[in-house]
Amino acid sequence: MTQADGGRVRALLRSGDKVLRRWVEAAEEPLRGRLTTGELGRTCSDLLSVLVEATDGGLDVRTDAYAGARGFLTELSRDWARRGFSPTETASAVFALKDALFAAADEDGDGDLATVLEASRWVDALGLVTFESFARAREQVISEQAEQLLELTTPVVKLWEGVVAVPLIGTLDSARTQIVMEKLLQTLVDTGSEHAIIDITGVPAVDTEVAQHLLKTVVAARLMGAECTISGIRPQIAQTIVTLGIEFGDITTKSTLADALLHAMRGTGVEVVRRAGSR
Amino acid sequence: MERVPVLSLGDALLVSIQIDLQDNTVLALQEDLAERIVSTGARGVLIDISAVDIVDSFIGRMFASIAALSRLLDAETVVVGMRPAVAITLVELGLSLAGVRTALDVERGMKILRALSDRREVRQADEADADLVPVAEGGGPAAGA
Repeated sequence: MTQADGGRVRALLRSGDKVLRRWVEAAEEPLRGRLTTGELGRTCSDLLSVLVEATDGGLDVRTDAYAGARGFLTELSRDWARRGFSPTETASAVFALKDALFAAADEDGDGDLATVLEASRWVDALGLVTFESFARAREQVISEQAEQLLELTTPVVKLWEGVVAVPLIGTLDSARTQIVMEKLLQTLVDTGSEHAIIDITGVPAVDTEVAQHLLKTVVAARLMGAECTISGIRPQIAQTIVTLGIEFGDITTKSTLADALLHAMRGTGVEVVRRAGSR
Repeated sequence: MERVPVLSLGDALLVSIQIDLQDNTVLALQEDLAERIVSTGARGVLIDISAVDIVDSFIGRMFASIAALSRLLDAETVVVGMRPAVAITLVELGLSLAGVRTALDVERGMKILRALSDRREVRQADEADADLVPVAEGGGPAAGA
């Protein structure tokens, strides 16, 4: 039955310009004004010819026969998404093909339920392809941005001879801490620094997990022979840490980066004195 | 089985690990070190692991036990040149090597050992002032009256 009805849908698709015209009319409504009729017409007619070709292989959208059609729909979805169309609008444009097909079936006088259902299911599958590729494209953008963010927010800066610091900004999770840890430890080796400062001024909240990550970094730095100080603990964060009962043990903590730097410089044997006569 | 050479350097022993560590290599090293500390009367042990890039929990624990063993024989252990990846692995394994001193490189490690032996000399001088016999070479316990 599927094969036979596939033939029906194919016949409907090929029933001439009427289908295309109706499709463009129906698709135009949800996209009103955002795409010219000419452009929409060109897109629909291109898609229609690709689909007509694909239906030779049946109505299963997942088969190889539809590779070209799927590619077209993916490209369409990406292109429209870039222009600011919502996935609903893109999908409705494809779903509009239903109206055209039903009308054509009606006209031919054999708009029986089986044909309508088959056509409907087929168009739904096509619409879902656009939706899926939209979601996939979005996902890709998100993961790329997350990666960029990771790279951007973990600089290791040298503050003084033998003193390096990592100003942490944003929420800490395992993946980020891992990168911070690796970067910091590598910098310790590269620069031969014996003091590291982790500044958490930009960390919005500290929970047990974040604290655990910080402690791990400090212990790892110690194992390599460097002293690690945690600075930038804001009053609220200090309160949270105490409330949660997190023990920082013998790890040096300072409230500001300046204090931590001073502490580290003293550790390297540098003493800061104010010149007599200056303010 | 490859053996890790133990070099004598002043009153310290220098162990530079340049090979892949196997369990029995580390066990042999522990034995060698114990013997050498006693025979040379070394006061410090410097273990350079800058060439080690793979450790497991056993080897991590061996560093700690070597340190404990040397302390028993009155020698301080400094582990130097640990690679970032190794440090992260040990932390993930939950081994923080408490009681083991660490330094970034051999030079800084030697500085730590020198500072420790200076402090020891001061202490011994104090004890000598208190009319006690200074510790003779040999590494045995001070024959204090």
